[in-house]
Amino acid sequence: MAAASKDLKIREFPVEENPTEHYLNAGKGLKSWLFTVDHKRIGLMYLASIILFFFVGGMLALALRIELWEPARTFMDADTYNRVFTLHGAIMVFLFIIPSIPAALGNFFLPMMLGAKDVAFPRLNLLSFWIYSIGALFTLYSIAYGGVDTGWTFYTPYSTSTGTAVISMTLGVFIMGFSSILTGINFIVTIHKMRAPGQTWGKLPLFLWSLYATSIIQVLATPNLAITFLLLILESTLGVGIFDPALGGDPVLYQHFFWFYSHPAVYIMIVPAFGIISEVISTFSKKTIFGYWLIALSSLAIAFIGFLVWGHHMFVSGQSELSTVIFSFLTFFVGIPTGIKILNWIATMYKGSIDLKTPMIYALMFLFLFSIGGFTGIMLGALSVNVHLHDTYYVVAHFHYVMMGGTVFAFLAGIHYWWPKMTGKMYNELWAKIASVILFIGFNVTFLPQFVMGSQGMPRRYYSYIEQFQTLHQTSTVGSWILGVGFIIVGIYLAISLFSKNNRASSNPWGARALEWMTTSPPAHHNFNHTPVVLHNPYDFHKPISEFRLGIDGSDGHHSSEDVSTPKEVGDKV
Amino acid sequence: MLETINRYILPQVSSTFAADVDALFTFINVTSVIILLGITVAIFYFSIKYRRKSEDDVTPVIRFNTMLEVTWITIPLILVLIVFAWGFRGYIDMRTPPGNAYEVYVTANSFFWQFTYPNGVQTTDELYVPAGRPVKLIMQSRDVIHSFFVPDFRIKQDVLPGRYTTLWFETLTSGEHVIFCTEYCGTGHSAMDGMVYALEPDEFNAWLNEQKELSERELPLAELGRNLYTSQGCAGCHSLDGSVVIGPTFQGLYGAERQFTDGTSRVADEEYLRESIKYPGRVINVGFNNIMPSYEGQLSDDQITAIIEFIKELE
Repeated sequence: MAAASKDLKIREFPVEENPTEHYLNAGKGLKSWLFTVDHKRIGLMYLASIILFFFVGGMLALALRIELWEPARTFMDADTYNRVFTLHGAIMVFLFIIPSIPAALGNFFLPMMLGAKDVAFPRLNLLSFWIYSIGALFTLYSIAYGGVDTGWTFYTPYSTSTGTAVISMTLGVFIMGFSSILTGINFIVTIHKMRAPGQTWGKLPLFLWSLYATSIIQVLATPNLAITFLLLILESTLGVGIFDPALGGDPVLYQHFFWFYSHPAVYIMIVPAFGIISEVISTFSKKTIFGYWLIALSSLAIAFIGFLVWGHHMFVSGQSELSTVIFSFLTFFVGIPTGIKILNWIATMYKGSIDLKTPMIYALMFLFLFSIGGFTGIMLGALSVNVHLHDTYYVVAHFHYVMMGGTVFAFLAGIHYWWPKMTGKMYNELWAKIASVILFIGFNVTFLPQFVMGSQGMPRRYYSYIEQFQTLHQTSTVGSWILGVGFIIVGIYLAISLFSKNNRASSNPWGARALEWMTTSPPAHHNFNHTPVVLHNPYDFHKPISEFRLGIDGSDGHHSSEDVSTPKEVGDKV
Repeated sequence: MLETINRYILPQVSSTFAADVDALFTFINVTSVIILLGITVAIFYFSIKYRRKSEDDVTPVIRFNTMLEVTWITIPLILVLIVFAWGFRGYIDMRTPPGNAYEVYVTANSFFWQFTYPNGVQTTDELYVPAGRPVKLIMQSRDVIHSFFVPDFRIKQDVLPGRYTTLWFETLTSGEHVIFCTEYCGTGHSAMDGMVYALEPDEFNAWLNEQKELSERELPLAELGRNLYTSQGCAGCHSLDGSVVIGPTFQGLYGAERQFTDGTSRVADEEYLRESIKYPGRVINVGFNNIMPSYEGQLSDDQITAIIEFIKELE
């Protein structure tokens, strides 16, 4: 190779502390943000957008919980309630949780963890963000236009007959799908082609393995959602009979199409969270990750099996008994790789040097909450029990344990883990710990009662309910207030940390080993002013940290693993 | 102790399926709690025992342990296969109605349930069944998807437009049980509930015959209208006391000036009422939604006249 013939000398690159120049001051003004191709700035813009939508979705959730204080009307009517729960679901799923970890944290850290200057297609990356924004505008338009009252699943024939802004809403989701696909392609190419010299697949940080699996799902599954919504729009505007039985269609077909995307999408939402947990648990245990390959490959296994289980959303839908039985059988196999991960993380802690900093606390809370989400998933996979629990609050509680107890808690772990790197500032550790405990309590008070209600038969999407459920509903509502307080505290101390003076973060406050910690905090405009070279697995805490800061001069970012051969004597030791 | 917990978190056991479903529910719960306790204890134990003592702590390199991995793949695999087989068996029972089942036709409408018995008797939102005998429901929807759910029986089945779905159950004793709609269907979704009355077989037969006679009796128009008001589901949305449920109240309706969403208005006379029953979407009252199903072909002219007479008598 051309590069190999050059005289490339691998040496250690010490990291400058308190850099004066970094990506945040590399350009000024609104334009330098809106038209940036810097993956870090794009990541931050995604982060700001999803936090905004998380806030909106959260406010809607609080409104729902308040409405459910009384069995009948508390303060809104049934039609408003139906619109609010639809928006809560649609915003949280499509505008918050799907882009949350991959598009925000993934965009920021994927190139850095590869030692690259940017993603493979920086302009495409910016386009993804713009497409996401346009899709979001359509959603806002739908809200202004009168809202949507179908639930985030848009089941036909209700969605084609309700007369609310279903078309503009699904069009918005359709558009956002392209953002998801482009990000997925970008990540796959970047991971394949832009790994630092020496960074073999076996040395890839597990966060990137999880993003890799996620990207595959995004690229393969999202077009299906696009086609489904296109058919839905065709049916409601042109009267083409696809799903509506009155036009000769089949409403169950819609459910098949919808879940063929939306079940894999569940893994788009949770698999990146697994990646964060791997990073955090290893770093704060200061110990080699246990079962690296099993954790890495289980993400791919989940991505694969995830495509074969969509029918478990439809056990009582009227699909054939044979399909139902097959889908149930396959569903249980998703549980196995998930279980492997949890046990490997716990094994990583064994004989570690455990530091209960905020990210680690969130990661441990994740293990507990996500396990509950997993076990209740097994419950829902069991056919005869599912018939009873389907479409009750049990399902609502289950997916909030997975999506919020799982993904959101992992997202919080990630935010707190990478905050000093992204902003160069350290938050108040004490307040962060207090908030984590409040969120944990609030979460369980909100959603544990929903398991009980669901088991007792309380159906979901109910504006009014029979009085026997009132105590449990009120407990859940109180829990939502505790959650609200927790998030307000998080918002306040994070905001304060940005504007405080004496809290500059060091380049590697947690003593981690992955590449993103081997540059300044905040990172330089092009991440590294050299080309990093990787010798070790990013979880090799027994190796001296200097061996993780190796690199070669020059930063054209186009060195690939073949260009540089690891020095023989060092390579043998690895 | 488990029974006490189950009595709190599960509905009463009222069908032949319930005990088996509850047993599997309990099995999964108990197994999960044991494993979750193990995980939690390990997290706490490790966090305390291996807490960081110094920034220079050196940890051992433990990358893999085949025995351990095989163990924690095999045990969960066995457990989930047990759960699958158990749930499968229960499900197959639920999907296989016995040949001698008593059949009732169910029609789901936004937002009420209609039940038609073999002798032609119809009821709304109230399903009467013989206790201790298999009952098969043959269901379809007149509009969007609904779902028929009786928690006490542990049964649920979506009800689709344009095709039949079925389910069956057998109650253990006589009693009353609530029905919920569990597929979101719009404004009145949560109001789309009903009751199952399981009667002793001779009581049930007596009830059925009595209903048959009642339906054949020559009634004064307004009284027939009142019966239709309940049996055709009008009562689900239109109150008689002036309160707004989902649609406008019938109280004081006749002769009142109605304002419509298209800006027009009209006095509610006989012609208006007839048109509203047959083609409810033509004009919409201000403050209400276009969600009422059409009764064209569902009610005869005489029946519509009876309902109009009933509304008039409310004056």
